[in-house]
Amino acid sequence: MSALLTHLSVQLGAGREARLAIDDISLAFARGEQVAVIGPSGAGKTTLLHTMAIALKPQSGQLQIDGVDPWQLDDAARHRQRARIFLAPQSPPLPPRQRVVNAVLAGRLPQMSTWQALRSLAYPLDAPAAQRALEKFKLEDKLTLRCDRLSGGERQRVGLARMLLSAAPLILLDEPVSSLDPVLGAAALQVVQEEAAARGATMVVSLHDVNLARSRFSRLIGIRAGRVEFDVAAESLRDEQLAALYGAELPLAASNFALPESADEAPRLTRCF
Amino acid sequence: MSAIPSRTAWRDPAWNGRVTMAVIFLALLLPVGYFAEFNPLVLFEASSLRAAKQFLSTFIPPAHSAEFLKLAAEATWKTVAIATVGIFFALMIAIPLSLAANQSLSISMIGVNRMCFFCHSLRYAIRWLLIGLRSIPELVWALLFVRAVGLGDTAGVMAIALTYGGMLGKVFMEIFESAEAEPTRALLRNGAGRLQAFFYGALPACLPELVSYTVYRWECAIRASVIMGFVGAGGLGQQMELSMRMLAGGEVFTFLAIFVLLVWIADLISKALRRTLD
Repeated sequence: MSALLTHLSVQLGAGREARLAIDDISLAFARGEQVAVIGPSGAGKTTLLHTMAIALKPQSGQLQIDGVDPWQLDDAARHRQRARIFLAPQSPPLPPRQRVVNAVLAGRLPQMSTWQALRSLAYPLDAPAAQRALEKFKLEDKLTLRCDRLSGGERQRVGLARMLLSAAPLILLDEPVSSLDPVLGAAALQVVQEEAAARGATMVVSLHDVNLARSRFSRLIGIRAGRVEFDVAAESLRDEQLAALYGAELPLAASNFALPESADEAPRLTRCF
Repeated sequence: MSAIPSRTAWRDPAWNGRVTMAVIFLALLLPVGYFAEFNPLVLFEASSLRAAKQFLSTFIPPAHSAEFLKLAAEATWKTVAIATVGIFFALMIAIPLSLAANQSLSISMIGVNRMCFFCHSLRYAIRWLLIGLRSIPELVWALLFVRAVGLGDTAGVMAIALTYGGMLGKVFMEIFESAEAEPTRALLRNGAGRLQAFFYGALPACLPELVSYTVYRWECAIRASVIMGFVGAGGLGQQMELSMRMLAGGEVFTFLAIFVLLVWIADLISKALRRTLD
């Protein structure tokens, strides 16, 4: 799936609290591309992903998904478009008391009829698929556990396992490894990247771990205060650009951003853990 | 970010509202107590005490002849049946209405935070329907239905179904609204249907509360069906009214003991269900 954003602005809040979380952004994502979005907290990364997921209506400008502006469609057609997009929010949306197997199989809901969905609650329709997805994230013993019995990192990986069950050709992950340790986080990211590649899906991932983004993605987009600061190939990203991206908000940025010369040598440990 | 200047300069913006609400609440409460003419001393006047003592002294021994117990058991069974069937139909009313009125299941609201006019009016209409159903007490419904369909259990069942449908619908709606909306919204954003999002997002979080409230309402329905028995809607109430009219204190005492027993059983069921769900 391809996505095209032209002069897109998105307003959050209403009335006096209204503010532009995305301010005149133009970006293009080609079919099958994998892109990382980085930037300081509050820069608009989450808003950008939600807008691309047709979960936020832009104030102005245009979003095109496979050449179609979803906001020109009627409610039902727009909702069918949403079934082709998978958005994993930063905090995994798992209801308490739900069993992991149902939480993972929920990734298939758009492909299921309501009747099938109900049957699957009575008796999981495809538990082996859920189990396979969990195994990839080293959660093979959690299938019948309740979600509120999981740790934060386990919940996050269950949320990603749900992605493996969806068939969406556009995958949007908001800070998918924020509660994982560096090794587990890199492994989880690899799993979703391989899945996206196998599916030929376009994937946009927001990350706070700059080094992880540099080492695992070929294209990096830096966002600051709702604007695109840079949109570059990972190897051509300069340290000054990074310092400028986070800089003014962190007085100690200079010492925090002593980044290595090449991405290959990048250590997996960064300041954000 | 501006720092908080000092302890004295900073004022909690919520403070004024809280003080106002407390003052309004007290100002409303005092006249209400006055108008209700609540006077507990009347209970301890000599004439009241004498009358109560006379009636209560007939309570011992409770009636326990085999014949009477069989009659009581039949009436109890009837009351439980009225309450259960009534609650069943109440659920048939409450579940679809509360789902239809549930804002967090709105698809047209995603991304625009504004509901379409039709959806908004529909939800408003449902709210009013629920208010209408529950604002008429079950006793009044029972009197109406006794007129319409005659003495018997049907009137009781229908009265409970309508009033309790309204109550359950309102409370279910509030339970759905107070549950964390994010799991449901996430499913909707990923293209799931409304019912799917409800069953996979909201229900797991709400289920224990829904079940325990429904069991509590079932308990209330048992009490209500007793009261409605007094106006001829069948069950324990009808028998108890006969006993009271004959001043048969022993029988009244047995019936009261049965009520306590029923409520206790409802309590046990509620506890057991909550435990299995949690």
